[in-house]
Amino acid sequence: MASSKASRLGEEVWKTRMDKVNAELVVLTYGTIVVQLCKDFDSDYVEVNKQLDKMGYNIGLRLIEDYLAKSNTIRRCSNFRETAEMIAKVGFKIFLNITPTITNWTSDGKQFSLVFDENPFADFVELPDDGRAQDELWYSNILCGVLRGALEMVQMQVEAHFISDVLRGNDTTEMRISLIRYIDDELPPEDD
Amino acid sequence: NAVVTVTGPPGSSSTAGVERGTETVMDEDEEREAVFWRLEGIGYRVGQGLVERFSRDRPRFNDTLDVIKFLCKDLWTLVFRKQIDNLKTNHRGVYVLTDNAFRPFSRMSAEANSQAVLRAQPFLHVPCGIVRGALAALGITATVHAETTELPSAVFQIKTLPAKAA
Repeated sequence: MASSKASRLGEEVWKTRMDKVNAELVVLTYGTIVVQLCKDFDSDYVEVNKQLDKMGYNIGLRLIEDYLAKSNTIRRCSNFRETAEMIAKVGFKIFLNITPTITNWTSDGKQFSLVFDENPFADFVELPDDGRAQDELWYSNILCGVLRGALEMVQMQVEAHFISDVLRGNDTTEMRISLIRYIDDELPPEDD
Repeated sequence: NAVVTVTGPPGSSSTAGVERGTETVMDEDEEREAVFWRLEGIGYRVGQGLVERFSRDRPRFNDTLDVIKFLCKDLWTLVFRKQIDNLKTNHRGVYVLTDNAFRPFSRMSAEANSQAVLRAQPFLHVPCGIVRGALAALGITATVHAETTELPSAVFQIKTLPAKAA
């Protein structure tokens, strides 16, 4: 699907088919969950990142269903580049009303970055001032998990992680996504 | 903070399938309570934050009932995209808010005779926290309890505690 066509689809679905919820409610709720995790794991940010990713993964497993239903896509993406287009311009658009920029492809077409010019989760956020969070916590890590879970349900095993975040003082917020493999359809075990 | 842990012999926990260290083991009820308490706490913080942002430009509240009405109309619409359907009070600090079509329950399905009501109950802790947090941010100390007897309705009972005499 051409890039502009994906944009139009995203725009259209977001406008007409998505139930909206107050943005501040989402921001505050997500922020509070991160705070709670930091408390629960005693500021072990590596573990917090892991938990956020896991929560996202469980969301992604289900969210893909909603994505497919709402976007009404019937055709498979023909390659990983097309998948990236659909993630950025349809997926992120319809669920968060943002369109991250796709960039930094590797030449084999298996790795790309999403650069977030805006990140609704990060509104009013300051990382803990303990000298470690700035280096260890990936605040929006839930998004990595969401992608991993959602793509797994459509036969793609991917790895996703943030490599920079404006909350840490970086210039950009960038997520790196790598295709590990296409998962073969496995036949269910035969009944005797 | 308020999470209670009890020391017991290894393996005394009845929580199925969960491996734990030997030093602290909580029994199942306590563990559920701890989870519910944390959920309530999450809601509390969200409620506080929401009210801070959304009551800023409105006129000062006259009394507690005024605050409760703000909750039923503005806050409920903000969070659940509809207003509370019914508000009752005994005029002695108890308010009962009924939502006949509570949003979080609206898409829950269950087969007949399943324990749907029981299984929906845990979804009320965050909303309770939101209400309590919102009230706290507006200077009202209260206990909030919610229950459902039939999906998708939910009933919230707010008991305000009398302000300490100055």
